Amino acid sequence: MDFSTFMQQMVNGISLGSMYALIAIGYTMVYGVLRLINFAHGDIMMVGAFIAYFAHANGVPFGVSVVIAILGAIIVGILTDKIAYKPLREAPKISLLITAIGISFFLENLFNVLFGGIPRAFAAPAYLTKVIKLGSVMMPVTVFIIPIVTLLILVIILWILYRTKYGMAIRALAFDIPTVKLMGINADFIIMIVFAMGSGLAAIGGVFYAVSYPSIDPLMGIIVGLKAFAAAVLGGIGSVAGAVIGGFILGFTEIVVVASMPELGGYKDAFAFIFLILVLLFKPTGIMGQDLDRSRF
Amino acid sequence: MVIEKKHFIQLFLFVVSIWFIWFAQNHFDPYTVSILNNIAIFAILALSYNMINGIAGQFSLEPNGFVAIGAYITALFLIPTDTKIDMFALVDPAPSVLAMHLSFLPALIMSGIVAAALAFILSVPVFRVRGDYLAIVTLGFGFIIRIFAMNNPKYTNGAMGLNDIPSVTNLYWSGFIAIIAFVVMINIIYSKFGRAMKAVRDDEDAATAMGVNTFWMKTYAFMTSAFFEGVGGGLMASLLTTISPNQFTFLLTFQLLIIIVLGGLGSMSGAILGTILVMGGSEWLRFLDQDMDIFGYHTGAHPGLRMVVFAILLVVMMLFARKGLFGDKELTEIFKRTKK
Amino acid sequence: MILEIKNVTMRFGGVTAIDNLSFGVKSGEIFGLIGPNGAGKTTIFNIITGNYQQTEGDVHFLSESISGLKPNIIVQKGIARTFQNIRLFKSMTVLENVLIGFHNQMNYTFFEAVLRLPRYFSNEKRVKNAAMEILERFGIAEYADYNATALSYGNQRKVEIARALATEPKLLLLDEPAAGMNPNETQDLSNIIKTIKEEYGLTILLIEHDMKFVNNMCDKVLVLDYGEEIFEGKPADAIVDEKVVAAYLGDFTHA
Repeated sequence: MDFSTFMQQMVNGISLGSMYALIAIGYTMVYGVLRLINFAHGDIMMVGAFIAYFAHANGVPFGVSVVIAILGAIIVGILTDKIAYKPLREAPKISLLITAIGISFFLENLFNVLFGGIPRAFAAPAYLTKVIKLGSVMMPVTVFIIPIVTLLILVIILWILYRTKYGMAIRALAFDIPTVKLMGINADFIIMIVFAMGSGLAAIGGVFYAVSYPSIDPLMGIIVGLKAFAAAVLGGIGSVAGAVIGGFILGFTEIVVVASMPELGGYKDAFAFIFLILVLLFKPTGIMGQDLDRSRF
Repeated sequence: MVIEKKHFIQLFLFVVSIWFIWFAQNHFDPYTVSILNNIAIFAILALSYNMINGIAGQFSLEPNGFVAIGAYITALFLIPTDTKIDMFALVDPAPSVLAMHLSFLPALIMSGIVAAALAFILSVPVFRVRGDYLAIVTLGFGFIIRIFAMNNPKYTNGAMGLNDIPSVTNLYWSGFIAIIAFVVMINIIYSKFGRAMKAVRDDEDAATAMGVNTFWMKTYAFMTSAFFEGVGGGLMASLLTTISPNQFTFLLTFQLLIIIVLGGLGSMSGAILGTILVMGGSEWLRFLDQDMDIFGYHTGAHPGLRMVVFAILLVVMMLFARKGLFGDKELTEIFKRTKK
Repeated sequence: MILEIKNVTMRFGGVTAIDNLSFGVKSGEIFGLIGPNGAGKTTIFNIITGNYQQTEGDVHFLSESISGLKPNIIVQKGIARTFQNIRLFKSMTVLENVLIGFHNQMNYTFFEAVLRLPRYFSNEKRVKNAAMEILERFGIAEYADYNATALSYGNQRKVEIARALATEPKLLLLDEPAAGMNPNETQDLSNIIKTIKEEYGLTILLIEHDMKFVNNMCDKVLVLDYGEEIFEGKPADAIVDEKVVAAYLGDFTHA
């Protein structure tokens, strides 16, 4: 493989990694605060992509469509928490996990019924599909925009978490919910913010995905969601920076490994799983290493 | 062993079941028999799934993966060599595949053993650490199995799948194995292992504090589930006579999840009742997937609406009727236990 | 010395929960660990039982180091515990809860259970009898088939101790056994504890706030404050020691 192809694949990898990163952040924040793997999170990404698609297909300018998609996803995410997760805060963990799977399945099939399972082409605006040339490498401009936007978002999220009082409350909740409540903080409100943030990011990730692989279908969220969670575990579950690092590593690996060894192409989707198993075997706390599940004695 | 009244009830139920299997296999029409076969196989799967989810309390999404494994292994053991050579269209079958020959029962047992072995391999990374990784790992496992089946045509015939699987499954096979599975599960539950699994479910740290090796209790439960899911997969392969990688999707796991939640997580008799209700209900609700005439308004066919309803049902059950029909009790216990 | 804590320090991030603590418990003693809330008493328990790994120092049980061993192994070595907030298995009966304590005393394999071979029956029978005997000793045998959560708080505490006893320990750790009990229940409990100690040849290490209980039960006490030892000796002497009084701010009227 020559250098320009390699560079091309590198950049593709970073681009894919950014998408995983955006979705992984939502998983890791909800897990950090509620110890819940929100199976429906990947499907929220799908919802975001579909809303953007329909808004744009009906003539709404692309930028506005994205904003609508983010808002729509936030609403779905918050509603999911209010209706399905909040009533089960004190219930055994398995009830919550079953409910999350139920919501995930619900969203997939609902969108399947409403819009059909056949993939639709996502018409991105011209300024995003423009291809630019760097040396001998030709790449769509999105491949640069996506990582930059992702890093910007990461900076914003970290700023919120470490420089605002809401962020501090979120971090405190990750340690001990009852104590936080005793401090007079409205835990439910903070949790709602967490879901909102995660869902909004997933929607952006969904739009990026739709623009890069211009097709969307109701089941797109499952595999991407699974991989994003694996990325979150790889980076260290509960850590936002870790989710981003894990996302980039995973995206990178998928593209570059397959580009260097095309015979492994069919196994691309298995890498996330392999990473997950390796992390659990050798360093369960992941790259950023926070031990969230220290037993409560 | 002291013989008690409940043993007579159990013996009675056993005899009635055997008679029913014989009667149905010989007197019911083929369509009904095939439904009963399906119910029996799903009952085996539901009982298995209940062991890891309901008894040990570890949320898992494993069934479709292990069922697929069992189906493929049994199919490869059953299909005659010539058929294999003809059927493998993309590449020639691997020599090991051509050498695979076993009769039905050994093939089913091998399916179970391989599934259980894979379950053990998954247990090591997952059960040694705290946290809820079993669900994600098993979800991924199901995908990986499918990826493997697609990408290894010399073992699995890739996307074309396996056809012309000898049809051996009948109600004797599926019914008897269902009874055996039920007895095995009950024997585990009413033993130190079942009690320890329930202790792990209720309070893992307290269980450890009492000397229970929680890793092994979870692993035993998981391996038992996998074993019978593999066997069930083998039965299914021989019933359907044709299998392909895309047949064993998350949908199968989801149906089993509804079944055990409805029956009551942790209740084996509940799992059986749940199977009958959900399989029956699923047939009845088929109308939702077709064009419906509501007061003269035609909805058009919407495949998938049935599943939307099931998904809502599951969430509603978790919110309002978490214990399902039997809770975590067996049928005999419900009548006995008045002291709550 | 059946149990020796040697220079144990426990740090959680920036917080030093236990600071260079050393003490020993003699075989057959009833040893009390007392001190204001947050002094580190339950932390020491968790270190002994292997749930926490101490930052520095060593724990010896029967002259061998048990530092770093897994909790379920430590149980098999002969240390059992109860919890501050009673942690019974809520889906199980009183008898089943105690049977969990006997888990390692039952010697049949998974296959013997599945196939219902003779060893299953003989072990189950032997252990059920032993479990009922313990329940009788505690006076709660009549509740054997009741769901564990249906019992009164005092009786639930007894079930928890019975369950711990089923593991055949040499050292029993009781974390605030008398918490939430009225004077009658407390008296009942101290009688039972003394009886089982004699009958089963136990050593007992307990955490308590109820000073009347401590006075009644303990041969010796260790007073902890902010993770440090401030007194070791007889309970009666502890009450009048000025450092101890200062730590509690004179609040010994509890109970």
